[in-house]
Amino acid sequence: MLKLIDVDAGYGPIPVLHAVNMEVGKGEIITLIGANGAGKTTTLMAVCGMVAPRKGDILLEGISICGIPANRLVELGISQVPEGRLIFPDLTVAENLDMGAFLRKDREGIHQDIEYVFDLFPILADRRHQPGGTLSGGEQQMLAISRAIMARPRLLLLDEPSLGLAPMIIRQIFDIIVKINRESGTTIFLVEQNANQALKIAHRGYVMENGVITLTDTAANLLDNEDVKKAYLGI
Amino acid sequence: MQGLKKSLLTAVWFMFLTFPIMVIRVNTIEKTIVWRWENLALVGISVFLLSYVWRFLMSRRERGNKQNAFATDDRAQAFRALIEDRRIRYSLIAAFAIFVGVFPFLFSMYQVNIMISALIYIMLGLGLNIVVGLAGLLDLGFVAFYAVGAYAYALLNLHFGLGFWAVLPMAAVLGAFVGILLGFPVLRLRGDYLAIVTLGFGEIIRLVLENWGTFTRGPSGISNIPRPDLFGLEFGLQGRIIYMYYVVLALVLFTIAVVTRLKYSRIGRAWMALREDEIACQAMGIDKTQTKLMAFSLGATWAAMAGVVFAAKTSFINPASFTFLESAMILSIVVLGGMGSTVGVILGALILILLPEYLRAFAEYRMIVFGAIMVLFMVFRPQGLIRDRRLKRRFHPAESSKGAEAVPTGEGMARGAGSHG
Repeated sequence: MLKLIDVDAGYGPIPVLHAVNMEVGKGEIITLIGANGAGKTTTLMAVCGMVAPRKGDILLEGISICGIPANRLVELGISQVPEGRLIFPDLTVAENLDMGAFLRKDREGIHQDIEYVFDLFPILADRRHQPGGTLSGGEQQMLAISRAIMARPRLLLLDEPSLGLAPMIIRQIFDIIVKINRESGTTIFLVEQNANQALKIAHRGYVMENGVITLTDTAANLLDNEDVKKAYLGI
Repeated sequence: MQGLKKSLLTAVWFMFLTFPIMVIRVNTIEKTIVWRWENLALVGISVFLLSYVWRFLMSRRERGNKQNAFATDDRAQAFRALIEDRRIRYSLIAAFAIFVGVFPFLFSMYQVNIMISALIYIMLGLGLNIVVGLAGLLDLGFVAFYAVGAYAYALLNLHFGLGFWAVLPMAAVLGAFVGILLGFPVLRLRGDYLAIVTLGFGEIIRLVLENWGTFTRGPSGISNIPRPDLFGLEFGLQGRIIYMYYVVLALVLFTIAVVTRLKYSRIGRAWMALREDEIACQAMGIDKTQTKLMAFSLGATWAAMAGVVFAAKTSFINPASFTFLESAMILSIVVLGGMGSTVGVILGALILILLPEYLRAFAEYRMIVFGAIMVLFMVFRPQGLIRDRRLKRRFHPAESSKGAEAVPTGEGMARGAGSHG
């Protein structure tokens, strides 16, 4: 579904990614793990059009999406949950969700999806009239994910959904990610530092170090891999 | 006690600092020095009192922030409940509408004229509120669009004899167009940078008007601009002012209706979202430039219409009416009234325009009083007169059936706390 071919990217004079090759199949959960500053977020930013690749190509179902601005990519079915959540603090929960469906015109479908989201995260239904800024960190993350799936994406990009959350909430959120993947067949590209949790729900994983993909395998194999265990799982 | 001591110290300092200008007076002709000791006492006492009152207010504010947050909220809630009582609310609205409706027959022409200016500023304020309050784009050159509208009417009337009603929609379109034209290159900028660039644009428009003599008649301006007509009917002098009042009132009501609709529409929410987070907006598929341009040009539309009304009201315009001070005034209306709040902006316009008029009793001190009132306002109520309290959205029809379980927030909180463990 998504293919990165020899992608180089960076900010200004600073190169970050070097010849990154990745492939995400339809309906898969893929995770990209790595340490701080490895280039995980940059990879995601390149996919969603926030950072332009200098070399290489990014294909969505065989069509190049390089150079298409982020807001147009939403029309093509790529939706992202940015790092640090970035919900709209002054808008209510319901309004935040409606913003997620900004490009959609089908009122019926939007209402159905809001119901669906409230099913996934019942706490959001209770808080639908509260401003997003008054939610707790975990609830904000739930809102950010919900807002992203309101666009009915085919590919959902998640940047560090576990950031700064309690282990129990992380587990809950990861369960929901799996549920979204199963129920709507949404392909999921998950960037995580929390390698253990991410590999448990993913089908396949990529390991990134200093802007280079160093290892790729099925998630189960990566969990058993001695190097990964030492470097990222702390075992 | 501590406060008294501090105030005393401040007073002494002020007495010392102002000693050379307030007390000593050199008479250069007779070469004598006059010692005005009574001024020293005056400065001391007034500074002492002012500083004491200031400290008292500040400490009350501090305490208010910490402890009384809930108490004031209760009071506000009680007030709100009173307002939300249908009968009381409707009768209040009806009384206000009748007052506004018969205003020109109750008061003198002088008062009606002032009220017309205030209404024009309400239009301007509501227009700028779209740009600054909703979309969060600080525009310091708003007066440029006001000038565009005013000059559009004056020039079209001068050269083609077009009437008020013909020019009004044309000026609106022209305003939107100029808004897009100016907005396109500058909307990549944010915050302070945008403010400075728009300030520059405002000045450019004014300077063009001033110096392009063959087209705009330069600083001498354009006179004999006709007032609006009603199907060719002619009014007497008094009749024309009253008619003008109703025209502006109708336009203000139209503005309020449109702005309210916009605010609660999806595009309105997109503006607010854009104000809060541009990256997240792009992730939602919102076209940043297009959305900002729309806010900018819609604001400009309103300013241009207000400009037409202004030209018709004063029947004479020149570039001196469109200085930066005007932009600052309109911005003050929005900020003082409460950014984003329609009622706030209306109140802000009424206060800022009517206050200097009624402060005329203070003659030369009125601008100082005016300034002091604004400073005090921003210190003690930075969110403006009326904080923007956005309607609870009701875009979810299924909600009414599920409403019973969702509405009591207390329960929701309890559940929220529970799930966190």
